[in-house]
Amino acid sequence: MLIFENVVYEKGVRQFMKGYYARKLHSLLGVIPLALFFIEHALTNFGAFEGGPSRFNAGVKLLNDLPLVLVLEVVLIYLPLLYHGVYGLYIAYQAKPNNGRFGYERNLRYLLQRVTGVITFVYVIWHVYETRIQVALGNVTHEQLGSVMHDIVTQPVLFTLYLIGVISASFHFANGIWSFLVSWGITVGPRAQRVSSYICMTLFVLVSIMFVLSLIAFRRVEFQEASVWIDTVKSVLS
Amino acid sequence: MAETTASQKKLVKFIITRQDSPDSASYVEEFEIPYRPGMNVISSLMEIQRNPVNVKGESIAPVCWESNCLEEVCGACSMVINGKPRQACAALIDNLEQPVRVQPMKTFPVVRDLVIDRSRMFNALKRVKAWIPIDGTYDLGPGPRMPEKKRQWAYELSKCMTCGVCLEACPNVNDKTDFIGPAALSQVRLFNAHPTGEMNADERLDALMQDGGIEGCGNSQNCVRSCPKGIPLTTSIAEINKQTTKHMFKQWLGV
Ligand code: HEM
Ligand code: SF4
Ligand code: FES
Repeated sequence: MLIFENVVYEKGVRQFMKGYYARKLHSLLGVIPLALFFIEHALTNFGAFEGGPSRFNAGVKLLNDLPLVLVLEVVLIYLPLLYHGVYGLYIAYQAKPNNGRFGYERNLRYLLQRVTGVITFVYVIWHVYETRIQVALGNVTHEQLGSVMHDIVTQPVLFTLYLIGVISASFHFANGIWSFLVSWGITVGPRAQRVSSYICMTLFVLVSIMFVLSLIAFRRVEFQEASVWIDTVKSVLS
Repeated sequence: MAETTASQKKLVKFIITRQDSPDSASYVEEFEIPYRPGMNVISSLMEIQRNPVNVKGESIAPVCWESNCLEEVCGACSMVINGKPRQACAALIDNLEQPVRVQPMKTFPVVRDLVIDRSRMFNALKRVKAWIPIDGTYDLGPGPRMPEKKRQWAYELSKCMTCGVCLEACPNVNDKTDFIGPAALSQVRLFNAHPTGEMNADERLDALMQDGGIEGCGNSQNCVRSCPKGIPLTTSIAEINKQTTKHMFKQWLGV
């Protein structure tokens, strides 16, 4: 019986790592929690555009006042992101794009899903390093994050990179939802998939606009805050 | 007679990717053959076979290819013509841009010239049990009837000729993955829809929930745009996604 269980266990683990379940988990994590977090993030940042520093800081504070915030962060963001991101890189590596021969719109989105995934991977590491890790290292406080952002996006090159980052992530998020709906057999027929394309691409445009407006808002002078730590961040960046 | 002489002056140019053996390097050879009304890629290859001389006037080994039905139902003659995988017997020269570029479908092992080995597709059909087991030691009697409405769409799926075009068009069928490809996924939908085949539905779904199964689909949807039989492959794939998802939850909940 023990041997039997062992075999079942080993087979189970191997099956999980290689095939169907690992991929399903990747897909699920893309939406729950990552896409949900992404929407939350878009809204909090949009607060910067709508209500300036006070509104943005209120949003940041609201999140940081959640109980067990570090546990929540790890379980709902870092671990899912790590799994989805690393497995996603593997999926992207396995693809052999043929957009030259098959110039169809869905095939283009297939390619972009992979390209934006890789861009998002690099961008997220950079962005988390500049914000959350600086907080963890004690270089800045949560209240100063608005001015950290101000300092970054007022530099033209970094602003451009941020634009590329947020637009890529927004596409990956929106098209990912389209793809998720197919992968779980929710949108089955051609009409359902077409309608969900329109909805998801509209979502892409809307979320992109929200993030871009937030980035522009962070450029406003009210987010500036002269203190020693800006120089610290500057020295880190240069 | 006069007409024949006039049209014989018109030549059709071919650029063919050739390969002498499975392991040797491929090379490109050009041919010019006389135009004839109604000719297609297979009849052109037959012409080269009759007179195996390339554009430089060198006498060469004739180009090898595979074909059977010559009416786009057997799937044997699939090759890449002007960049798109399709059946050579249905590729009319009048509808093709010239020079006509012909290549083997390299997603499959090349046997020689345009001949490829589609064994992986037939193995895939075996793997997913794309049949209905009714053989036994005694007569099982008639099976349940199939509703006419279902028969109509199921018939469309049954037109698959295992030609391999959808695998060639798929960016996820390549040497870095062992994705089974669209054709077998659609066949699982067909046999799971059959009132008798349905009795073994779970076995087929289990086979697709192994390494290289349905999770290999990345939704590029090239397959449905390429299938010469107009099979709604992406609908089949999404439907099988639904069936495997349900099957997974049933297994977990022990239903
Ligand atoms: C960190 C870097 C990331 C990488 C490398 C990455 C990579 C990928 C790849 C390659 C796919 C395609 C899977 C397929 O179609 O078969 C994918 C799907 C997806 N991604 Fe990401 N991703 C990343 C981050 C994110 C983030 C932050 C989100 C949330 C906004 C997200 C949400 C999704 C969704 C919803 C899907 C669709 C799942 C499906 O089709 O089944 N991804 N990801
Ligand atoms: S599904 Fe269509 S393209 Fe694919 S093997 Fe069958 S007939 Fe060929
Ligand atoms: S020879 Fe049968 S499909 Fe072309």
